[in-house]
Amino acid sequence: MNSWREQGNLRLRLVLFIGLFLFPFLFIYYGCKGEEKGVTEITFWGMGAEGEKIQALLPEFYRRHPEIKVRVQMVPWTAAQEKLISAFVADNTPDLCQLGNTWVPQFVLLDALEPLEGYISKSAVVKQSNYFKGIWNTNEVGGKIYGIPWYIDTRLMYYRKDIFKKAGYELPPKTWDELLDLSRKIVKLQNDPNKYAIYLPTNEWAPFIIFGIQNGSDLLKNNWTYGNFSGDKFLEAFDFLMKFHKERLSPLGVSQVTNVYQAFEEGYFSIYISGPWNIPDMKKKMNDSTGEKWGTAPLPGKNGYPGASLAGGASLVMFKQSKKKEAAWKFIEFLSEKGTQLAFFGETNNLPAVVSAWDEPGFKKDPFIPAFYEQFQNVVATPKIPEWEQIVSAKLQQYAEYAARGKMTAKEAMQNLDREVNIILEKRRRLLGK
Amino acid sequence: MKKAAYLFLTPALTAIFVFFFIPVIAAFLISFTDFDIYAIGNYSRFQFTGLENYRKLFENDLFWKALVNTFYFVVASGPLSIAISLGAALLLNSKLVRFKGIFRLVYFMPVVTTLVAVSIVWRFIYHPEFGLLNYGLSFLGVEKIDWLGDPNWAMPSIILLSIWKNFGYNMIIFIAGLQNIPEELYEAAQIEGANAFQRFTKITLPMLAPTTIFITIITMIGYFQLFAEPYIMTQGGPLDSTLSIVLYMYQEGFRWWNMGYSSAIAFVLFIIILTGTLLQMWYQRRRTA
Amino acid sequence: MGKKTLLYGFLIISGFLTLAPFIWMVSASFMLDGHASVFPPRFLPDEFTFDQYKTLFSRLDVSRNLLNSFFLSVVVTLVSLTFNSMAGFAFAKYRFAGKDAIFKMLLSSMVIPAQVTMLPLFLMLKEFGFLNTYMAIIIPGMANVFGIFLIRQFVMAIPDSLIESARIDGANDFQIYYKIIIPLAAPVLVTLAIFTFMGTWNDFLWPLIVLNDSEMYTLPVALANLMGEHTKDPELMMAGSVITILPVMVIFLALQKYYIKGIMMGSVKE
Repeated sequence: MNSWREQGNLRLRLVLFIGLFLFPFLFIYYGCKGEEKGVTEITFWGMGAEGEKIQALLPEFYRRHPEIKVRVQMVPWTAAQEKLISAFVADNTPDLCQLGNTWVPQFVLLDALEPLEGYISKSAVVKQSNYFKGIWNTNEVGGKIYGIPWYIDTRLMYYRKDIFKKAGYELPPKTWDELLDLSRKIVKLQNDPNKYAIYLPTNEWAPFIIFGIQNGSDLLKNNWTYGNFSGDKFLEAFDFLMKFHKERLSPLGVSQVTNVYQAFEEGYFSIYISGPWNIPDMKKKMNDSTGEKWGTAPLPGKNGYPGASLAGGASLVMFKQSKKKEAAWKFIEFLSEKGTQLAFFGETNNLPAVVSAWDEPGFKKDPFIPAFYEQFQNVVATPKIPEWEQIVSAKLQQYAEYAARGKMTAKEAMQNLDREVNIILEKRRRLLGK
Repeated sequence: MKKAAYLFLTPALTAIFVFFFIPVIAAFLISFTDFDIYAIGNYSRFQFTGLENYRKLFENDLFWKALVNTFYFVVASGPLSIAISLGAALLLNSKLVRFKGIFRLVYFMPVVTTLVAVSIVWRFIYHPEFGLLNYGLSFLGVEKIDWLGDPNWAMPSIILLSIWKNFGYNMIIFIAGLQNIPEELYEAAQIEGANAFQRFTKITLPMLAPTTIFITIITMIGYFQLFAEPYIMTQGGPLDSTLSIVLYMYQEGFRWWNMGYSSAIAFVLFIIILTGTLLQMWYQRRRTA
Repeated sequence: MGKKTLLYGFLIISGFLTLAPFIWMVSASFMLDGHASVFPPRFLPDEFTFDQYKTLFSRLDVSRNLLNSFFLSVVVTLVSLTFNSMAGFAFAKYRFAGKDAIFKMLLSSMVIPAQVTMLPLFLMLKEFGFLNTYMAIIIPGMANVFGIFLIRQFVMAIPDSLIESARIDGANDFQIYYKIIIPLAAPVLVTLAIFTFMGTWNDFLWPLIVLNDSEMYTLPVALANLMGEHTKDPELMMAGSVITILPVMVIFLALQKYYIKGIMMGSVKE
């Protein structure tokens, strides 16, 4: 009995001791994100493929700046906005990061970003005149510049040339009516209940907003303090898009398409409204990089061609909390050089923000790029408010799904949407009112 | 000697007080403010709004939808999983069965596994094209079902997963309860000519009543906190058919940072769980009295 | 005879159905990319490969997340076991002012769901600068009412005479705690250790909220994050699930007696 107790005693004492030793160790463990001497380590958050591909640019940067080390963290695009905000809330923002340029205003409002005029005025590389004006402006809030455009993008139409031809369209549609007519013809032609014409998933809000803008809707009214989605203009556009779901020209569920590129290749749909990041995967999956079977085209319009699309892209920003702003700025300058911009295009297919890069012959060679150039002639920004992401990615998508599945009429859906948007914007109204 | 008691108590009680009780009180207070992302950037940007959050909550269709979904989940999978647990326990308690340990182990296996991981596994099992479930059902002549993509099937799919995951736990408790029933009771009943069914309803069930009530309470409390399954498998969709209260609270609080509103949701959850627990305890007391 | 066959048949079939998801998970994790997305579904890999595991450990670096999960689960278990056992002992063997009131308050707090505390706790940890550190996971797990309750029940059954005689031999309170109570309570401590370890390992919502660097993630959070990017790679996700489940499975199989006893103890009403 006694010896048994001694044994147990010994074992447990051992465990306790290990516990006591581990406890201080844990403070050391989380405290020691050590750095090499003489080297400044900056943290950069890159979204999706950009986060991965930017690695290829680093050797050149290190060659020029051996005193700086860049720690790149990849953030999936789907969770990027969410993650950045939580990082801000948790006081855990990186030194610099790419920010969707429509997100800049909301981080400014949160007082999270460092104004950049001081850096720009001293810089030999970054100058306002190097950039598309509209894109530069997305980074300006209250007269101050908070971001440097990194790359630009916009959404246009990916389409199957072969199928369009069979349906009698030598050229892509230029108007809404043509788009609808063509879609009907494609579905008729395929004559397969498992094939559709266009992919308009309700969990991608951009097309809904684009068509609304094309129809002249202002989306939000009274200085962006009330929703205007049930207004005539947006409602008409929304109703138009719903036709594609009602007539089964577009697949309903999101779960059916697990791989867009494969679905596009199989002819599951022939039209997809999306951005330049798809080009490499499309080339691979279609086994066609010359534009035989598929192509890109500007969006059809309601009033004139090309129809408007969204001014997208990413800017480079520095966070206020960063203690290594000088080093971070050097990295921004490096990324803004024409050569780096072209190299980055080669890696990711992200379109350069620096205008002079667009004249490079190597850049123009790609058969899928000119359509983007054309589309850029007509791009518009979304409202610059922090609530925008919640409005579109939670609420608009939610009600689009209700309408697409026939649970609500387009009008009911948009009225409900406005009601919820007005609740979301309540705080904004109060803050502005003060 | 008393001093020693307080010394022993201090670490645990301090931790519980500071990191549990204070947050509970704080949550209650926050639920009466408009604390949100604007306020995090600048603490001066929030104010007391009284019952405003609760009013907005009760006027919000999505909240009611989440509430109804959660009740649907609790009411459907609670009794079902308890019944299956009881059935499994009865079988494994039968004198006819040998290798009880192995069967018990097998049925119990899902309980210890990581919910996130099994949700991912089941997401693929539910795949309409390539999933095992549709394939298995096709031998029974069942047409393909888009389990997680169809608003009518999404919640049943989550219910099936959670029953599979949890029934082993209650089974163990039931086995313990069954083993506590004195053998003489059954012998006496047999002598008096009671058949198996009568023995079950007149002896087993009443003797198990305390166990059953305990199981009902813990199962219910657990099920009201449904989160990871819809988070992983459906994100609350399609058509919000799998949006649970906790998922809604998470989205409002930690995705959109409407923290006052989110706290109000948490308190509604608390009130529901409290009411359920009190009801069941009252029922139990009435029975035994 | 027929009845017995039927019974066994039923038990074996339902056993197989219970295990089927695991079997498929393990099997698919050894398949090549795309080989689990075929019709009809494969139950066994046509070509056996470790590729998915290689990807996980090289490109996606889940070893760091594995380490986080282990480290956190061990630390939370040790700390909470220490705190809970001290408090459980005090509640079982001492008389002091307010004992019943405090204990009742603790017990009744068990109906408050943890979700209620999450927001303020989050803000509190933010103020301390603990967000996105291991402390964010350890702090809320330092002590819990269920553990105190379980230990108290067990320690109450230890005869007072043992303590009295030790006291006569000159043992002080702390010596009694770790020389007598701890060894005698070993079974319940082991049980509680398994519970806490698995609870911490499997926890999802809280780490999801407080950790936001991928290198700080615990395995379940890393897995959920991976799911966002790799929805179309079931084979990879299955390998990730195997890695997440395997450690808890092994611990359970090794110590199942204690675990199951713990469930039964927990279900004993006062």
